[in-house]
Amino acid sequence: MTELRDIDRELGAFRLRLLAAVAFIVLGFGLLAARLVVLQVVRHDDLALQAEANRIAIVPIVPNRGLIVDRNGVVLASNYSAYTLEITPSRIHGGSAALEPLIDELSQVLEIAPRDRRRFRRLLDESKSFESLPIRTKLTDEEVARFMAQRFRFAGVDVKARLFRHYPMGEVGSHLLGYIGRINQAEKKAIEDWDDERQGNYKGTEYIGKLGLEQAYEQELHGTAGYEEVETSAGGRAVRRLSSQPATPGNTLMLSIDIRLQALVEAMFGDRRGALVAIDPRNGEVLAFVSKPTFDPNLFVDGIDSDSWRELNESIDKPLLNRALRGTYPPGSTFKPFMAMAALQSGKRTPSTVIHDGGTFQFGGHTFRSHGDGGLGAVDMYRSIVKSSNVYYYSLANEMGVDLMHQTLSPFAFGQKTGIDLEGELTGVLPSTAWKKRVYRKPEQQRWYAGETISLGIGQGYNHFTMLQLASATSTLVSGGQRFKPRLVREVVDVVSNQRRRVASDALEPLPLKAEHVELIKRALHGVTQEGTSTRVFLGAPYASGGKTGTAQAVGIRQNEKYNASKLEEHQRDHSLYTAMAPVESPTIALAVVVENAGFGSEAAAPIARRVFDYVLLGQYPSEEDLAATRIGRSSAPIGRPRRADEVPLPGQPAALVLAPTPAPAAQLAAR
Amino acid sequence: MAHPAIFSRPTLWQRLRPFVFAFDGPLMLATLLLAAIGLTAMYSAGFDHGTRFVDHGRNMLIALVVMFAAAQVNPQQLQRLAVPLYVVGVVLLIVTALPGVGITKKGATRWLNVGVVIQPSEILKIAMPLMLAWWFQKREGLLRRSDFLVAGALLAVPVALVAKQPDLGTALLILFGGLYVIFFAGLSWRLVLPLLLVGAVAIAALVLAGDQICQPGVKWPVLRDYQQHRVCTLLDPSKDPLGKGFHIIQGMIAIGSGGLSGKGFMQGSQTHLEFIPERTTDFIFAAFSEEFGFFGVLLLLAGFTFLLLRGLMIAGEAPSVFTRLLAASVTLSLFTYAFVNMGMVSGILPVVGVPLPFISYGGTAMVSLGLALGILMSVARHRRLMQT
Repeated sequence: MTELRDIDRELGAFRLRLLAAVAFIVLGFGLLAARLVVLQVVRHDDLALQAEANRIAIVPIVPNRGLIVDRNGVVLASNYSAYTLEITPSRIHGGSAALEPLIDELSQVLEIAPRDRRRFRRLLDESKSFESLPIRTKLTDEEVARFMAQRFRFAGVDVKARLFRHYPMGEVGSHLLGYIGRINQAEKKAIEDWDDERQGNYKGTEYIGKLGLEQAYEQELHGTAGYEEVETSAGGRAVRRLSSQPATPGNTLMLSIDIRLQALVEAMFGDRRGALVAIDPRNGEVLAFVSKPTFDPNLFVDGIDSDSWRELNESIDKPLLNRALRGTYPPGSTFKPFMAMAALQSGKRTPSTVIHDGGTFQFGGHTFRSHGDGGLGAVDMYRSIVKSSNVYYYSLANEMGVDLMHQTLSPFAFGQKTGIDLEGELTGVLPSTAWKKRVYRKPEQQRWYAGETISLGIGQGYNHFTMLQLASATSTLVSGGQRFKPRLVREVVDVVSNQRRRVASDALEPLPLKAEHVELIKRALHGVTQEGTSTRVFLGAPYASGGKTGTAQAVGIRQNEKYNASKLEEHQRDHSLYTAMAPVESPTIALAVVVENAGFGSEAAAPIARRVFDYVLLGQYPSEEDLAATRIGRSSAPIGRPRRADEVPLPGQPAALVLAPTPAPAAQLAAR
Repeated sequence: MAHPAIFSRPTLWQRLRPFVFAFDGPLMLATLLLAAIGLTAMYSAGFDHGTRFVDHGRNMLIALVVMFAAAQVNPQQLQRLAVPLYVVGVVLLIVTALPGVGITKKGATRWLNVGVVIQPSEILKIAMPLMLAWWFQKREGLLRRSDFLVAGALLAVPVALVAKQPDLGTALLILFGGLYVIFFAGLSWRLVLPLLLVGAVAIAALVLAGDQICQPGVKWPVLRDYQQHRVCTLLDPSKDPLGKGFHIIQGMIAIGSGGLSGKGFMQGSQTHLEFIPERTTDFIFAAFSEEFGFFGVLLLLAGFTFLLLRGLMIAGEAPSVFTRLLAASVTLSLFTYAFVNMGMVSGILPVVGVPLPFISYGGTAMVSLGLALGILMSVARHRRLMQT
């Protein structure tokens, strides 16, 4: 009985609490209802007035994007303001069905090309209907006037003043600058995950860096948005400005790149494909970062049309590929100085160890070939580099084994990211037994075969590196082990406070290279220019430079692709490579250059390096005839009278416009 | 001889009957009314969001299936699920909090990648009332004061973990879900009343002293900067015209301009000219109030009240301590969601991301809602089965 009563009592208590809960609910909803009476009855007139007549819109003011200038202050990316004609699809009368007739009607007032329509349609697909989308850009004043007179006819259509990005150098440096473009759906999704403050800052922003420095330094370049409180009419047009807070423009990027040098290198490549990276070994600053062919970034700014895109994207020459950053090549013989250093470091060879180069190297029943028939005879380390002995390095690779090579050469950033200030860097391949296990699926492919080690010694086989890695490694080698994360940007300049912030040339822990080893390698590299494979190219140079030629087998395009035979044949020729540094005593520039499918390293790549050094160290610019010969790989030492570098106009500028000659690059380098 | 088949083979209706009776009539009626309001509001608010209206309908159908499935589950089975679900939820919360494991977005570490990205705190919204109801069922007849301390500890652990993420909104919702169970389990009025009183005084003090404590430079204890900012924005929306204050102002303008009878379906200018932020999700109540006015809102409130009263009735007739506590707590949690959402949109509560049940767009919330209703129906159904 007691138990039953207990349960009854408990249930009674519970139901009492349920009644309390009912009271709680009634109280809560009563409070809400009271609040709604206040809003919808008491304050109705006032709030209805605000909603109807007095629409206050908060309009974000997009900040001016920061400029990009080269190390001498030459402007590489700037903004200009222009009028655009824009349609807000959700505001037009008659919905989306009325869009086409509306554009037809507009085209009677202003010229609207088929290309504009195509671009608009693409924008429409990837945007929301309340966004304002440009149908025409760069209206002339007259066109603006013509439209404004007719504006009343076109609800939802407006002329807006917008800032456009402009790359005055055109194709020069396009891969390193990158470009901006309209924010697409994927990027919008990414932005939604940013923190509130940063997201708010992008409220009115329609463009974002897509590639290159524009992408990597988006945060610096964007600036801080302002806002404007405006009163708008029922149709959404701004009627009166109530208050505003100005935007803060983005920071200026001052690059370590010398754009004149960059343009010179690109000119020397001509129609050939390839890449060049030049680094200052003292601080990791990148002086030139070339990838050929280039493209015109201006095409992308207000949306590239599909024809131009297809042309760029499907070309066999792959102009959109940033070869300096993402093109990996077998280093060929340019790998030998690093192999030599690895041998010295690991104690596998001494400078005086002599190997007999009989022209061939036998291993496991396979003959690895070297020079001609007779070979080079007795070869020590110095001669192995100067004369580029293959047998010396075949046998060295065999003695070291793949894993020891991997272990000693990884710290040079081979097969590693250098950490340059661009996104999308490739690591390349510096093979090891662990690497092969990781990359391949089938057990028989995962095994490392001793025969595969041999050709690694001469920079073939699985070895694949970017020119950035090769230049960075050369820089490390010749500076006695100093390592940096390469930097394209020297300084970030705050345009409001004028404060300059140095983008640290991040010094990494130096490699423990022995000074006498470094001296030997540098002497051998110098020997290459004096009595070796690039002697002809460096004839008459008043400075001492060092270098190493390389010729690498091209692999890549397969038979079944849709290109014609002659193109294909051309793309299967050897790549021409050269790594170099100057001056030998204390190098201020180290570079790596590849000219694709151009044959011997001494013929195509080394002449480019020579002219880069002439420019940087002597302030000389090659003569027209010399440029023409270099462009087609028919030059060695410079011909004709070199011009003074500062007398040559920059691309996109007539000669007369060069008012203040920039100081000679050599002088500038020395001044630091 | 006449019709032997009738006795040997049940008719289709006889076979379907138990399933149909899974649905509690009045509860289903309230559900359908609110769903209809939800679809109407979404059609207008989502005019510009492509397939949002259709997606909302699809979510409702999914939730219906979930509800139906949950209603089939015997409460005793639910009771067995309580401990494992709670343990899994808490373990996932701890794993999320481990450095480098959880996924961080906008400064909050709330997510975990287990093949798909999940938010463990969502599990606790259901697991917490289940766990506490299980605990009090276990202590039935032996209830001592110390049992309430254990319940408090069971509640405090996940709430603290979620608050630390930081996700104060969800932490509070979990806290309330648990507190309701503790309240219904019979926590002494001598403790309940002072708590309510302190809360009321604190809110009154906040409103009165708002001007002083929202001065720049004043730093509140416990709350993070952005949370302090939100409370201050509520007290004076005009201070933050670009951010949350803008939301509140525009939401209030929308509601107020609706007046008594509203501007009419699809006629809300605030809604259709993009003045209402988040107008298909957290702020959809503003869009609804603008177009359907005070009368529309009263209908909505009536629908919710009907649903909630029915839920409490089910709790009152539930057969065991577990089902009683669970049904009552789930019902009050639904009330909390509805009240907090509408309160925030109409400007009497700070802006926290809480959806309005049935009306706001969102798959996860809709499925949770289906689960909650399913649990209520299961309790209702088994009460009937036990009585007969």
